Amino acid sequence: MTAMEFLMLTKGPLFQAALAVFALGVLVRLVEIFALGRAHNYAAPRGSAVAGGLRTMYKRFEPNPGTFKAAPFDVVVGMVWHIGFIIALLLFIPHVELIKSTFGIAWPALPNPVVDAVTAITLLGLIAALVHRLAQPVKRFLSTPEDYLIWGVTFLVMLTGWLAYHRMINPYPLALGIHILAAEIFLVVLPFTKLSHIFTAFVARYYNGAIFGRKGVQS
Amino acid sequence: MATASPQRTDGRPAPTPQPTLGESLRRNGVSRRGFMQFCAATASLMALPPSMAPAIAAALESARRPSVIWLSFQECTGCTESLTRSFSPTVENLILDTISLDYHHTLQAAAGDAAEHAREEAMHANAGEYLVVVDGSLPGPKANPGYSTIAGISNYDMLMETVADAAAVIAVGSCAAFGGLPKADPNPSGAVSVQDLIKDKPVINVSGCPPVPMVITGVLAQYLTFGKLPELDQYNRPLAFFGQSIHDRCYRRPFYDKGLFAETFDDEGAKKGWCLYRLGCKGPMTYNACATMKWNGGVSWPVESGAPCLGCSEPDFWDAGGFYDALSVPPGRSGDMLLAAGAAGVAVGTGAGLLARSKARTAEKQHETVTAEQLEEKL
Repeated sequence: MTAMEFLMLTKGPLFQAALAVFALGVLVRLVEIFALGRAHNYAAPRGSAVAGGLRTMYKRFEPNPGTFKAAPFDVVVGMVWHIGFIIALLLFIPHVELIKSTFGIAWPALPNPVVDAVTAITLLGLIAALVHRLAQPVKRFLSTPEDYLIWGVTFLVMLTGWLAYHRMINPYPLALGIHILAAEIFLVVLPFTKLSHIFTAFVARYYNGAIFGRKGVQS
Repeated sequence: MATASPQRTDGRPAPTPQPTLGESLRRNGVSRRGFMQFCAATASLMALPPSMAPAIAAALESARRPSVIWLSFQECTGCTESLTRSFSPTVENLILDTISLDYHHTLQAAAGDAAEHAREEAMHANAGEYLVVVDGSLPGPKANPGYSTIAGISNYDMLMETVADAAAVIAVGSCAAFGGLPKADPNPSGAVSVQDLIKDKPVINVSGCPPVPMVITGVLAQYLTFGKLPELDQYNRPLAFFGQSIHDRCYRRPFYDKGLFAETFDDEGAKKGWCLYRLGCKGPMTYNACATMKWNGGVSWPVESGAPCLGCSEPDFWDAGGFYDALSVPPGRSGDMLLAAGAAGVAVGTGAGLLARSKARTAEKQHETVTAEQLEEKL
C-alpha cells in the first residue's frame, strides 16, 4: 500500500466507519440515560430543578477550592491539557474545515502557531499527568488498564497531529493518514470507555444540580 | 544505430547515422553559453555539484540521438502540449526536438500503416537501446481492448510489443504513471497504469497533469549523461524533481506558518497573496517541482496565479476529494453518515431505555407484600 492509498483509506471508508460507530455509540448511551428517566419525586419543590441543573453544569468548570488544596497538580495540569485539547480540536483551521464539511457550521479559528504552542503544552501536560499517575502509589493502585488505554489514544491523536503539522514523518500523506487513523481510534473507543465523560459528565452535572436545585440548596 | 540494424528485407533504405546532440543543437542555433546554462541547471536540479556541469555538457555533446518511441494511449494530449509548447526555442525544447522521436502519433506526419512501420523500424534498428515514452493509461489485460486501439492494435498489445526490446520506459503524465482520469472511479474502461503492466523493465514515472516540461528533459539529460536512470522515489518518480513537496517550497508558505489564509477567491487575503489551504490547496501532500521550476518558461505557476494546487502529480488525485475542499475534508458525505448513524443510535438508545423501564415496572408489579406473620411462617 502506498502512502496515498493509506491516506485515502483513512480519509474515506475508515473515517465514515469511525464516525458511524461514534455517533451510534454516543447516542445509544445518552438516549438510554434520558429514556431511563428519574424516579418521581412527590415532595413539593422549593426551587427550580432546571435552573439548579444548568447552574451546576457551568459551576463545575470552576475548580473546587477544597480539591485544589488537596490535589493542586491534578487540578492545574488537568485543566491545562483539557483546555489545550479542546483548542487544538475546535480552533485549528484544518479541523474547522472538517467540521464545516461534516456539520455545515463553522467558526473563527486561531493562527497555526498559537495552536502549535497549545498542542506542545498539551502534550507536556499529558506526559506530566501520566508520570504523576505512575509515581503516586495511590493513583497507580486506582488505575485500571482502561485508564492507560484512554491516556494512550488521547496522547496519540495529539502527538500524530503535531508531528504531521511539523512534517516530521515523510511522506506527508503517511503523516496525515496516521493522524487521521489515531483520531478514528479515539472516536471508536470513545463511546465504550471513560472517554464518554466528554458527554455524560454534563448529564451527571445536570442531574446533580437539579436534585439540589429542587430542594432549594446550592450544589 | 545504423551499424546495429539488422539486414533489411523490405527494400527500404537502412537508417542513416544520427548526428550527435551537440551537432543538432549548434545547427539549431543554440549558443554555447545557453547550452552550458542548461547543463548547470540540470546539475543543480539533480543535486550534483556545479563542477559536474562540464561533464554533463561533454556527455550531451557527444551523445547520439537516442531513439524514442512515444506511445499515446488513453490521454488528452495535454502532456504533449506541455512538452512542446515553448515561446522561444529553449534548450529544453531543442533537446526534445533533437532526440530521434521516431514515432509520435500527434507530432508525426505519417499516418496509418506508414506510422506503424516507422515504429517497427525504430524498434528493430535500436533493439535494446531505445526509450519508450508513454502518455495515457490503457485498458488492462482483463478489460475490453476496444476502449482504445491504434491502427486496429489494442493499447495493451502495442505496449507489450514495443516495450519488449526497450532499454527503459518513461511514463509521462499522471495517466501513464498512475492511471489518472481514465482510472478515476468507477473506471469504466478498466484503465491501468504502465507500471501495473511492465515489471521487467525500468519504469520512470514523470507524473503531473501535465508534468513540468523540464522534468522530462531533465530525465533524458541524465540518461544521456550517465547512461543510467535517475534515483527514484516510492512511486518511481525521479527524486531530483519529486523529492520535495509543493508546500515545503511554496513562496506562500510563510502565510501558512503565520496562519494567514485566503477564504474566498476574491477576498482581502486572496488579493494579498495569502495561503490557499482553505481554498483546497493540496500542496502539503503533493510532491512536484512546480514551486521551484514554475511554468511557461518560469513565468508563473498555479499557486502564484491564485489557484490552489490540485495535487495532480499524486496517484488517484481525481478521487481524493473536491479540488476546492481543504485537504482535511474527507471525500464522501460524512454528514449523511453521521445523521443515519445518529438516528440509529437514538432508536437503539430509546429501545434500551424503554426496555429497562418496563423491566423495572414489571419487577415493581411482581413485588408482593408480606406480613411479619407470613415471614415467620416461612422461617
